[in-house]
Amino acid sequence: MRPQAALIGVGSLAPQRRTEGASTLGMLARAAKAALDDSGLEKSAIDGLLVGPQVGETPQHVPATVAEYLGLQPVMGNVVDLGGASGPGMIWRAAAAIQAGMCETVLCVIGNHRNPEAPRSPNRNPIREFDVPFGASGANISYALLKQAHMARYGSTDEDFALIAHWARANAQRMPEAIFHGQPASVDEVLASPLVASPLHLFEIVMPVAGAEAVIVTSAARAKGRRAAYLLGAGEKITHRAVSQAPDLTSGPLKPSMTRAFAQSGLGVERMSLLSLYDCYTIMVATTLEDSGLCPPGQFGAFMRAHDFGPEGDWPLNTHGGQLGYGQPDLAGGMTHVTEAVRQLRGSAEGRQIKDAEFALVTGNGATMSEAVALVLGAEP
Amino acid sequence: MTDLSTLKVPGPTEIALTQPFWDAAAEGRLVIPHCRACDQPFFYPREICPHCWADAWDWRQASGQGRLKSFSMVWKPGHPGWAPAAPYAVGLVALAEGPVMLSHILSPAPVVGMVLTLAPTDIGGRVLPAFRPA
Ligand SMILES: [Zn+2]
Repeated sequence: MRPQAALIGVGSLAPQRRTEGASTLGMLARAAKAALDDSGLEKSAIDGLLVGPQVGETPQHVPATVAEYLGLQPVMGNVVDLGGASGPGMIWRAAAAIQAGMCETVLCVIGNHRNPEAPRSPNRNPIREFDVPFGASGANISYALLKQAHMARYGSTDEDFALIAHWARANAQRMPEAIFHGQPASVDEVLASPLVASPLHLFEIVMPVAGAEAVIVTSAARAKGRRAAYLLGAGEKITHRAVSQAPDLTSGPLKPSMTRAFAQSGLGVERMSLLSLYDCYTIMVATTLEDSGLCPPGQFGAFMRAHDFGPEGDWPLNTHGGQLGYGQPDLAGGMTHVTEAVRQLRGSAEGRQIKDAEFALVTGNGATMSEAVALVLGAEP
Repeated sequence: MTDLSTLKVPGPTEIALTQPFWDAAAEGRLVIPHCRACDQPFFYPREICPHCWADAWDWRQASGQGRLKSFSMVWKPGHPGWAPAAPYAVGLVALAEGPVMLSHILSPAPVVGMVLTLAPTDIGGRVLPAFRPA
């Protein structure tokens, strides 16, 4: 048993540093419209809706609010709340709902504005109580702890990690919408960027932006005769929330997620034409490369030196620049790895197309390497 | 080194369940939950034991000894109140009893694997269980 569905339309709003006066609902609507136009379907075909949490204007009743705003009356609606893994997590849930016969065509949409306003709701969870009082606020410190642990265990170097940021910036030069288009960065420039939380430098950390991403998922039958990418396998795993509770600092829940996704697809990682790997920080790519089996634990640095990660390279990696090059549109950042994979598999990645792209590995990651979703997508069902 | 007691930083958000932990911390002691059913310690404190879901557990005094699993020198703090103390160290402390807690590390140059000992420290007007090299 494996999930089967077609990703038939994608829509992306260009990342922006600020969106004065914009509403998240409005941005979701524009991304949804772009995805529908791309799919060639009529709006009336949409009968399922998956949305992210914390939609700016509406902390609760999110599917109903988004559905009403879009003039939809879906027969399946839900929130997927897996941080950066929410986008990929929507895709297999859409397929499962379609295979269960509950709906046929699902709009998966996620995004956020960036307006000056009060911070999110008051937080009383264990991280707020047991981490923040010691001086550990925000994700940067958690991923700094993960990077430090990798360096201490394996002797990996800052140069190894800087290569990941360098390649993200390099690929962003082929992506005009990317926030770092026009701003490549050499390894030396990455290392010269200020330390934010050692050993993480500024250029190893995503730039927060506004944005929205939408994907339309439908049955393989409905996709017949249209340009689509196909879901071939999926895996998910949640291990913890606070970094202090992580069962392992140098391997994460993406490892079992990818194992499951590859097993369902019947494919190995060596068959992938594109690695669309969640990259909130350089350490996340390093750990994912090792967890995927592309290189032994601790050896990502040698792997980064041995390969070309551009669209014409031997291992195309995050051809849209990744979030390190494109910008991180909040929770929609994870969905950019899906929309880029769909564009590559359908041959519509203008100016950065991978020749004869057949299969893509997509990963999503949330919280402190806590929530993981892996997808294997293909150009054929 | 900045006097941490003068920082204007967010303190613990204790609830009835976690009050004994912070009360002990204020007295310079470290206590962690220990499950009566499966005989294992855990951290942070929870309503039920995360290992076996038993609801009967006791506070036990921890040795205050630990080992540094990882750390970060924070140059750009996530909360502005910490800015006067930057750069400062936070780290993951593997307590001798087993559980891991995040804490403030009183060292300008921590090293992964170093042995640590409890160092009750006034941070922002409250004594918290920080650690220092043993
Ligand atoms: Zn127990």
